[in-house]
Amino acid sequence: MSLTVAYAALATGIIVWLILVRKLSTKSWEAQPASATDVEAPRWPAQRVGLWVFLAVITSLFGLFTSAYYMRLHGAHGSAAPTDWAQLSEPPVLWLNTLLLIAASVAMQAARKSVRSSAERGFNALLLGGLLTLAFLGGQFYAWSQVRDSEFFSPLNPAIAFFYLLTAVHGLHLLGGLYVWGRTLARLRRKDVEVIDVRLSINQSVELVSVYWHFLLLVWLGLFAVMLST
Amino acid sequence: MAFVAIADRDHEHALHDPETFIRKYIWSQDHKVIAIQYALVAIGIGLVALVMSVLMRLQLGFPDTFSLIAPQDYYQYITMHGMIMVIYLLTALFLGGFGNYLIPLMCGSRDMVFPYMNMLSFWFYLLAVLVLVAGLFVPGGPTGAGWTLYPPQAIAPGTPGHGWGIICMLASLAIFVVAFTMGGLNYVTTILQARCKGMTLMRMPLSVWGIFMATILGLLAFPALFVSCVMMTLDHSLGTSFFMPAVVQMGQQTVHSGGSPLLFQHLFWFFGHPEVYIVALPAFGIVSDLLSVHARRNIFGYRMMVWAILAIGCLSFVVWAHHMYVSGMNPYFGFFFATTTLIIAVPTAIKVYNWILTLYKGDIHLTVPMLFAIGFIFTFINGGLTGLFLGNVTVDVPLSGTYFVVAHFHMVMGVSPILVVFGAIYHWYPKITGRLLDDRLGRIHFWATFIGTYAIYLPMHYLGILGVPRRYYSYSDSIDFIGQNVHIANEWITISAVFVAAVQLVFLFNLAWSLRKGRDAGPNPWRATSLEWQTPDTPPKHGNWGKDLPVVYRWPYDYSVPGAPQDFIPQDVPPGDPRAGNAPAGRDHGVHH
Repeated sequence: MSLTVAYAALATGIIVWLILVRKLSTKSWEAQPASATDVEAPRWPAQRVGLWVFLAVITSLFGLFTSAYYMRLHGAHGSAAPTDWAQLSEPPVLWLNTLLLIAASVAMQAARKSVRSSAERGFNALLLGGLLTLAFLGGQFYAWSQVRDSEFFSPLNPAIAFFYLLTAVHGLHLLGGLYVWGRTLARLRRKDVEVIDVRLSINQSVELVSVYWHFLLLVWLGLFAVMLST
Repeated sequence: MAFVAIADRDHEHALHDPETFIRKYIWSQDHKVIAIQYALVAIGIGLVALVMSVLMRLQLGFPDTFSLIAPQDYYQYITMHGMIMVIYLLTALFLGGFGNYLIPLMCGSRDMVFPYMNMLSFWFYLLAVLVLVAGLFVPGGPTGAGWTLYPPQAIAPGTPGHGWGIICMLASLAIFVVAFTMGGLNYVTTILQARCKGMTLMRMPLSVWGIFMATILGLLAFPALFVSCVMMTLDHSLGTSFFMPAVVQMGQQTVHSGGSPLLFQHLFWFFGHPEVYIVALPAFGIVSDLLSVHARRNIFGYRMMVWAILAIGCLSFVVWAHHMYVSGMNPYFGFFFATTTLIIAVPTAIKVYNWILTLYKGDIHLTVPMLFAIGFIFTFINGGLTGLFLGNVTVDVPLSGTYFVVAHFHMVMGVSPILVVFGAIYHWYPKITGRLLDDRLGRIHFWATFIGTYAIYLPMHYLGILGVPRRYYSYSDSIDFIGQNVHIANEWITISAVFVAAVQLVFLFNLAWSLRKGRDAGPNPWRATSLEWQTPDTPPKHGNWGKDLPVVYRWPYDYSVPGAPQDFIPQDVPPGDPRAGNAPAGRDHGVHH
């Protein structure tokens, strides 16, 4: 829980600080210089801000899952540490999956870079990133079935329950990302795209997809580390 | 690069009005329609919870006269009443209703930045409400676990609705969290990215500030509710033991072992305490604006009010365990949380002083919204003071199982925000419909509600100090310390509660009647400065601002400025305009009279 508190404090702190440093000392009741009403510097596109806010929400979600994991492991304050936690030996395929997801993230980054010069190369890299992610999800499913068939399997063992829960929630977030990935791929195939959507350029779309992928890679590395270390 | 060009095209895009009835009123992406949809659903489900509370009060006040509900119904109603009022009514109404309506209008934007997601947010909310209501009709009825849904009893046999009822509740909450997240992303991004020219953050009305911070709290805290709902569902349906310890039920050892009920409580209250401020901060913001407009006076200490909102928001994440003093957690934790709880009283008190100083020497117009705003100050101080009792471990321990707690949180979290909701509806109804609500009915509504709620909750404090336990279906005569005085008080509370509930019919009648027959309001009946009153049409049309977006030149509290021809200068009046008069530019204006 203290982990999540630290996160929440940090997140609100960053928000407050970003606003504070420049803005919150304004004495808005005094007459403002005319420049205050001028056009402000071009802002970030709303979609980018929306994505970063959403990433903060996801961080809170996984932070809380991780807090719950540790509190269940060590016993919540005041209750004795539980004895029913039988350590899970993580299926080795998870290492391969991790490499796949890293590769997917690299491909997304490549797409972000190359889409600026050529839509064709951007399309290929983006396609590769998505396929690698699908492979990751397949690998996760394989890991599930391995755990299912192992002698340790029992829903009563919290290590097993958390393994399924955390991987499932992470996988669902990737599936949501794949939906947007599919739409971005479709947009890359269209020629008249700039006319249709004036609010967000295709380069920015690919950028947002790659940011989301890097973020989910970080989440996975964190979850994997937590599960390996306990 | 072509920033301006993009903005131009964007606004052409936004001006494509929806043509068909369905696109306009059902599958609408217009923030104003979505706001009304949110508000109507919230008020509708809130009325269900109100009826439940009346049934419970009839049972408590006259146990021998009425046999409307059985003991298990009592627990089910108390659970549904609490959950509906806190989440499906107040949270949805403040953020989904007022947030949706006010943010784009007050910030000078044409709509939310993601209108489609905004629409989805409402439909997910409606789905959450429907799943919740479905709980009333499943076998075994809705869950009776109490609104905090503590395990193990929430899913243990013997608790009403431990089968399908609790599943409906958990599913509905999870759907609500998804709906809120979609809405919340919109509110935050719109406030950060879509303000009109000149609308700096420090020129935003405090209503927007309150909604903004409450949304951030919701976005970071609702995941905790989501996590606990998912894990409890798994405990219930798949036999995991996240929360469920080894228990013997009806002579049988259950399948569970080793789970931690305390873990649930930590997760639940990590959401539950910020939830208090998710409801309170929009109320704080809105009431600041009501007081300022109807006292014709700039808000006292605007900057400090903003800071206090931010401070309360941050602190609200480190006080959750003050709900758990009697849970058996480590006592040193209690010391820490009592300290943080008392610290949060500081920014809160700053706000209260500033409201009172805003009224001081103001040109107070006792309009209906103003009455509700002043009623809020009284009620909030009352509820807040009893919070100081309960925030201290040693005082909380003997009181926490009694009616004192019921009285405290109904005062501070039930009546106070609801008074603001009423005040806000009387205040903005003219903008939403173009017509004023009837003034006489409004006054009847206010005085009956205000005095009536005190008649309900003041005696409850007394019951609490006597030690009358809460959560009881009835009190047998054989309990010594529950004497005749307790029964008389309960009768009195019940009569008052029925009265207050009945008076709300006046309000509903007023809402419906004034829609057609109310006095024509004109664009700005309260002579207010903030942008929503400066729209070219009332009610505002799709796109809000006609051809050109407004430009803001001043903060929203230019009331009674010396030298100005009128006692208010709207935010979009440029300096040098005749409406601004020869008002001196400087910090003196509006502060001294």
